[in-house]
Amino acid sequence: MMSPLLSTERLTVNIGGHRVCDGLDWRVEAGETWAILGKNGAGKSTLLTTVAGLREQDAGEVRIADHALPQSGAGNSPRALARIRGYLAQQQMDPFASTVMETVLVGRHPHLGRWDWESATDRRIAGAALNEVDLAGFATRDVQTLSGGERQRLAVAQLLAQQPQLFLLDEPLTHLDLSHQIAVMELFARRAAGGAAIVAVMHDPGFAARYCDQALLLFGKGEWLAGASAEVITEANLTRLYGHPLRELRSDGQRWFVPC
Amino acid sequence: MPTRRRALLVIIALLGLALASLLVALASGSVAASLTDVFGALTGSHEGLAVEVIRGLRLPRALAAFACGGLLALAGALMQVLLRNPLADPYILGVSGGAAVGALLAMLAGLALTLINVSAFAGAFAAMLIVFGLAHGDNSWTRVRLLLTGVIVASGSGAVVALILTIAPEARLRGMLFWLMGDAGHASNPWPALLVLAIGLLVSLPFARELNLLARGDTLAHALGVSVRRVKHGVYFLAAMFTAVAVTTAGSIGFIGLVVPHLVRLGLLKLGWGNDQRLLLPASALAGGSLLVLADTLARTVVAPQQLPVGVLTALLGVPVFLFLLGRQRGSRQ
Repeated sequence: MMSPLLSTERLTVNIGGHRVCDGLDWRVEAGETWAILGKNGAGKSTLLTTVAGLREQDAGEVRIADHALPQSGAGNSPRALARIRGYLAQQQMDPFASTVMETVLVGRHPHLGRWDWESATDRRIAGAALNEVDLAGFATRDVQTLSGGERQRLAVAQLLAQQPQLFLLDEPLTHLDLSHQIAVMELFARRAAGGAAIVAVMHDPGFAARYCDQALLLFGKGEWLAGASAEVITEANLTRLYGHPLRELRSDGQRWFVPC
Repeated sequence: MPTRRRALLVIIALLGLALASLLVALASGSVAASLTDVFGALTGSHEGLAVEVIRGLRLPRALAAFACGGLLALAGALMQVLLRNPLADPYILGVSGGAAVGALLAMLAGLALTLINVSAFAGAFAAMLIVFGLAHGDNSWTRVRLLLTGVIVASGSGAVVALILTIAPEARLRGMLFWLMGDAGHASNPWPALLVLAIGLLVSLPFARELNLLARGDTLAHALGVSVRRVKHGVYFLAAMFTAVAVTTAGSIGFIGLVVPHLVRLGLLKLGWGNDQRLLLPASALAGGSLLVLADTLARTVVAPQQLPVGVLTALLGVPVFLFLLGRQRGSRQ
């Protein structure tokens, strides 16, 4: 059996004196799509940055494919890790003017050698990524002139250009209008169907139930629950998760959750 | 579109500008010199007063100005990446303040020029270490902490400089003021600065793409495989060293370090190119060098035989040019 793309053993993560998860045993296999759900401040983003290797865990083990985190020693370069694991941050920063194309091409960094410049192939990959997020024709625009939703889609395109196998997404739907929310979830679903694994911090349990076959619930105080969405994303669990009663509605085979 | 070929074309054009600026500097001055004299001086085939002046005075001064302009622009570009702040300049982290304290103390003691330079460099180095140590104290190497520490050390140095100026004897004040404003006149040996500029470019260029990522945020850079801490420390030390060498050579010349990277960035934007350090670093070095050579030539000719400190000229020219470009940029955005 192949090793999972992401796995944790007895993982403990704390932030600011608050426990995010305690003894988390978690396996994310190729082809799976995971939602991480929880209240504001439950530590969803903290957990995501920890398993991305951007932050050290407090205890336990994290592995991405065959990289043990945190990385140490030679031959375990952050660049090699970046070819496997992609991370979409909650916010994008552009202190300097830059074109949309250059910003997408940044995602090719882990694939390029020290003296390499982006090749025609890299530009083709970047162009295809822009197409996929509905930003074709934006290549020469200055990123500082983009709207919030356009900037978010550009960040998604950058991640696609990186071509990782494991996508770690922190609120991928921020700033997006409804049609683009669907489009972005669908493009990640296609990646999962192609053998990638997706882990996304989500706010809408309906979207999570629809697009993610697995879910990890963070209840705060270190308590967690992981499993198939159909079993984990339920009225009772969500009511406890958000501390507010929720009602499940069914329509055309989809489940939606609305606050009472 | 960023390609290596287009980058080379831009660099070649800027090399032409650099050569032209040096020729202008060599040909201008109170002793009239023709282009024949200039080439004669460079090839050693001519003799005469003009040739003596060019070889003995103008050439070292122009080369020193070029090296300092290049170093300052390079340091500015690096600082802007490090602090992810377009308003950062080489002096923001207190290096020039430290150098000024060192230089003025040596002048106050009436030491020789060499010792003034040594003292200035020691001051710059001390400031660099103090800021690094304090900002790094508890291992939280954040931009805000680094910036605040630098600004505090800089203003501390400013107070010491003011104190020295107050107690300094009248006769030494003029030299001190010229040093503070930046003056290429006392730069007799341009080679150390030129060497540092060349080595600095060679060392920083291989990391240029990593700097591009760093300019877009630590998390993004880290997620895309940059060893953020190592690169940031390297950038800090390089930028501080460049500044220290430039300031030791020609005093704290203002505005080049802030304005040149911006001018280059605005120029690149016109070519459909953003903040790409692979081109920005060498282009800034060449443009900064050329500009300072031209400014220094103006400084020693415009009210000849009186000489102006070149730092005053760079500021006088830099401020309106910068404001004009900023205004135009905003206009084109809307």
